[in-house]
Amino acid sequence: MSYYSMLGLSTFNIENGFLEALARSFRDALLTRADYQNLMQCERLDDLKLHLSSTDYGNFLADVPGALKTSMLEKRAWDKLVGEFEHMRLQAVQPLAQFMEYIRYQYMIDNVVFLITGTLHGKDAETLLSKCHPLGKFDSMATLTVATTAAELYDYVLVETPLAGYFVNASLQEGDLDEMNIEIIRSTLYKAYLEDFYKFVCSLGGVTASVMKEILEFEADRRSINITINSFGTELSVDDKKKLYPSFGQLYPEGIDKLLKAEDLDMVRAAVDFYTPLDQFFDDVDGIGGDSLEDKFIAHEVHLHKESFNQQYHLGVFYSFLKLKEQEIRNLLWIAECIAQNQRDQMTKFVPMW
Amino acid sequence: MSQSPLIDANIFEQVTPYAWANLGIGLTIGLSTLGAAWGIWLTGTSLVGAAIKVPRVRSKNLVSIVFCEAVGIYGIIMAIIFEQKLGLITGTALPNGVILPHIKDYFSGYALFGGGMSVGFSNLFCGICVGLVGSGCALADAAEPALFVKVLVISVFASALGLFGVIVGIVQTSSASLGAK
Repeated sequence: MSYYSMLGLSTFNIENGFLEALARSFRDALLTRADYQNLMQCERLDDLKLHLSSTDYGNFLADVPGALKTSMLEKRAWDKLVGEFEHMRLQAVQPLAQFMEYIRYQYMIDNVVFLITGTLHGKDAETLLSKCHPLGKFDSMATLTVATTAAELYDYVLVETPLAGYFVNASLQEGDLDEMNIEIIRSTLYKAYLEDFYKFVCSLGGVTASVMKEILEFEADRRSINITINSFGTELSVDDKKKLYPSFGQLYPEGIDKLLKAEDLDMVRAAVDFYTPLDQFFDDVDGIGGDSLEDKFIAHEVHLHKESFNQQYHLGVFYSFLKLKEQEIRNLLWIAECIAQNQRDQMTKFVPMW
Repeated sequence: MSQSPLIDANIFEQVTPYAWANLGIGLTIGLSTLGAAWGIWLTGTSLVGAAIKVPRVRSKNLVSIVFCEAVGIYGIIMAIIFEQKLGLITGTALPNGVILPHIKDYFSGYALFGGGMSVGFSNLFCGICVGLVGSGCALADAAEPALFVKVLVISVFASALGLFGVIVGIVQTSSASLGAK
């Protein structure tokens, strides 16, 4: 059902009203600026624990024995977030259920890549599996570690998962799984995933489409720029690179053509010069004391996700909730690491939500 | 036999005014109830969801539910008022035994039908509107308590829409009276 007509507006709540309200309450529970101020005053990680217990996190660290470690903080924070997300996902009906499945796919891709890389470096399968992202877990994950070529990877494992379609479209080159190939696999998978997700939100129509399109288009542009910058000095041919760029977004197709020819940062800057807001990210990027390109991308992403909550009766809030919360966990970790390593002057370099 | 050129050669002549009058009454209560139920359900789903993490919103936001319920009450009041206008049609007895209603009875039948549509549909859309605003009200209140009263003002305006229909319905049927009453 598309949610763009008046009827869509007045029937959205049948299936999604309860969960939308729930997602919004989770978003309202995000840490405020005052919370961050308090957290930054902490001298030790245990103080951090104390401060967090007065927020929505509650006593999620209460039963941790001994001194708190940042890895434990990250794990528990993610467990809580995944709990909230799964709680909503398991109650969702179509098309929301499929929408939330799509959100999980990107974490599955991360896990696949993480497992292959780890296996390549001869890491123990058990340890690797325990470090996988909890949101991207799938049944046949354990068998991933036996694959040595891309074809094997597909035949034995991924054919059973929702990612199978992305592999077929990606038409991977034959060859062993080495460092370079894995990066290409990740990028092609992600491209196929983004395009599929984009098509899906477009088919939903209405506010969902307009909100999600902006978010996903930015994500696509950001990936295109990052791939370009990361490919400087590698042996990737123009044709190979072309397969990695998502085929939608603001930059597609003219901007992508320019990016393909770019050989240094200045040429990238020239390529995106006509696209707002992308051009602003390149202002004083290499200047001293300025934020890095990635920081600016993240800040803009957070901005888009905040905007998403300004509209009601659409599915984008479920995506935005997860992404804002993910950023919050990154912020928490940043502060925790700064405390643990006694780098207080670096502490303010995170992206606050409000 | 004709009493008015309006009714001449008109198939509607064959339909008894009772049918129109009762259809009008049915539409009044039926559509109003649909509107009220729709509104309560729109607000209710959001309210229940918002109240999980922020339980304080649950009592205050019953106001939105009450606004929706008021729409149903308009419907039942109007249905009763309309029903009071029904009486026994005396009319003119034709030689073949058929009783031909007076022109006033035809008018009353249509007036009640039209009045019922006015009240019913305005209450249906009023109910949906109040429900949509009420849903936003619950979410806004959960996020920021100061917003509650502000959004409630919007709810009040939305709820006035139903009253327009009620007023028009009363005026429309003011001179209607079916049969000897």
